[in-house]
Amino acid sequence: MRIAPEEILETIKMIEDLNLDIRTITMGISLFDCSDSSETVTNKKVYEKIYRLAKNLKKEAKALENKFGLPIVNTRISITPVSLFYPAKSIDSLVDLSKNLDKIAGELDIDFTGGFGCLVHKGETEIDKLVIESLPFVLSSTEKVCSFVNTASTKSGINMDAILKMGRIIKDIAYKTREKDSIGCAKLVVFANAVEDNPFMAGAFHGPGEPECSINVGVSGPGVVKYALKKLGKTANLGEVAETIKKVAFKITRAGELIGKEIAKRLGVSFGILDLSLAPTPAIGDSVAEILEAMGLESTGSFGTVTALFILNDAVKKGGLFASSSVGGLSGAFIPVSEDKGMVSAVKKGSLNMEMLMAMTSVCSVGLDMIVIPGDTLDEVISAIIADEMAIGVANNKTTGVRIIPAYGKKVGDYVSFGGLLGEAPVMAINQFSPKDFINRGGRIPAPIIGFRN
Amino acid sequence: MENKVVITVLGEDRVGIVANISNLLATHNINIEDITQKILKGNIFAMIMLVDMKNANIDLGELRKKLDEKSIELGMKITAHDLELFNYMHRI
Repeated sequence: MRIAPEEILETIKMIEDLNLDIRTITMGISLFDCSDSSETVTNKKVYEKIYRLAKNLKKEAKALENKFGLPIVNTRISITPVSLFYPAKSIDSLVDLSKNLDKIAGELDIDFTGGFGCLVHKGETEIDKLVIESLPFVLSSTEKVCSFVNTASTKSGINMDAILKMGRIIKDIAYKTREKDSIGCAKLVVFANAVEDNPFMAGAFHGPGEPECSINVGVSGPGVVKYALKKLGKTANLGEVAETIKKVAFKITRAGELIGKEIAKRLGVSFGILDLSLAPTPAIGDSVAEILEAMGLESTGSFGTVTALFILNDAVKKGGLFASSSVGGLSGAFIPVSEDKGMVSAVKKGSLNMEMLMAMTSVCSVGLDMIVIPGDTLDEVISAIIADEMAIGVANNKTTGVRIIPAYGKKVGDYVSFGGLLGEAPVMAINQFSPKDFINRGGRIPAPIIGFRN
Repeated sequence: MENKVVITVLGEDRVGIVANISNLLATHNINIEDITQKILKGNIFAMIMLVDMKNANIDLGELRKKLDEKSIELGMKITAHDLELFNYMHRI
């Protein structure tokens, strides 16, 4: 046997005990050719095209799960941002499109469809404006549709007019989905430097530079990394810690590449990218916070957290890049609060606060994620949180995002539960001093000097 | 077509484990190509089998179900995965 017994048992342990899984197989579909001057005709074409390309997605994912014995948690679809192909004349017609997308996802047994959004980092078109205003209606009347708004980029700066609006929009989404703990907000990401091929939700979309159809795979396994670090012991130095993470990331990535190539072949479409992101789930042991703690922190949120996360994120990327030539998307460590039991516990014991989370986003792969804040937080405070996060992304030439939930009617210490992969979390205290006059200035913040590389 | 599968069996040692699994495989025309077997400390039995399912009369999913039944019967943990997964993860 070419493979040593220890290696076989290591893989089995990763899958059986440590939650190694293919988090998502996301099919990216270009909808540019569905555009027609009539909304009805466009909707019909959208339905037919997604149906034609994705009808076997779930079936083939199941077949692969069977073949390799590796769990495939979600199948998803990402589409061309709706603002780029849909001839929207009203909010109602956008809601019609979203219901159409929800219906297709239901019929094909797809978990989420992403791409209901727009790119406004330099300014808004008339359709972009409609798309943004439609979000409270779309996210409160659909189950599986996810949305994004890209409000900033290192190349073009930060669109503060759009960010000003997003504070109000997010509050409205929270209100319109108040019966379900404001869950609508969990399906919207506000981005800086959004990537076009990310398979993870809520922020997935099929960018304009993407092919007709492609398969993007998201692979995850925080438990595997934590176990490797536990085994390494407490006395290893941080160089050895980084090396250990890199090796584990390599193996996880290889498993993802195998699945990605195989499913793309079976479906007859191109293999896009493999995104190795340590994405936690509410399952015990599937936590990024616990990895940081396995490195030696008493609790995530203590000083040292940013350094530990920096080591983790960088080593994951390096292991991944060596394992596959198709690494893309976000690839790194996600730090959602409600989806990670370790994060939730750190918040509850007063170790992790909003300021530390924000500092962590300067070295993690995305941003402020699944953070529940008081429902009466001012619109301008939410806009300012977004602006700070966008500034971190723009200044560091990285993707950052904000997925924040001002849970309607909830106060600090209350508990909010979304169920499933979205998890549950306590409402966090945030600084409520007013940034109102600053935010209301609006305008576009110019691109930073590092944006001018030509 | 290559159709190699790795079966692992882990649990407390007892009489008849190998015979039991081998019988199941033979019934379904699955050929055993290699067996590595060890008693780990604490009387833990560990077996890794490489089998060929080229001429098998069931597919891997069905085999996994049968092995699950066996694992309950024997009180052992049994897994079955395509060999390619291990090749991909441990070899460049």
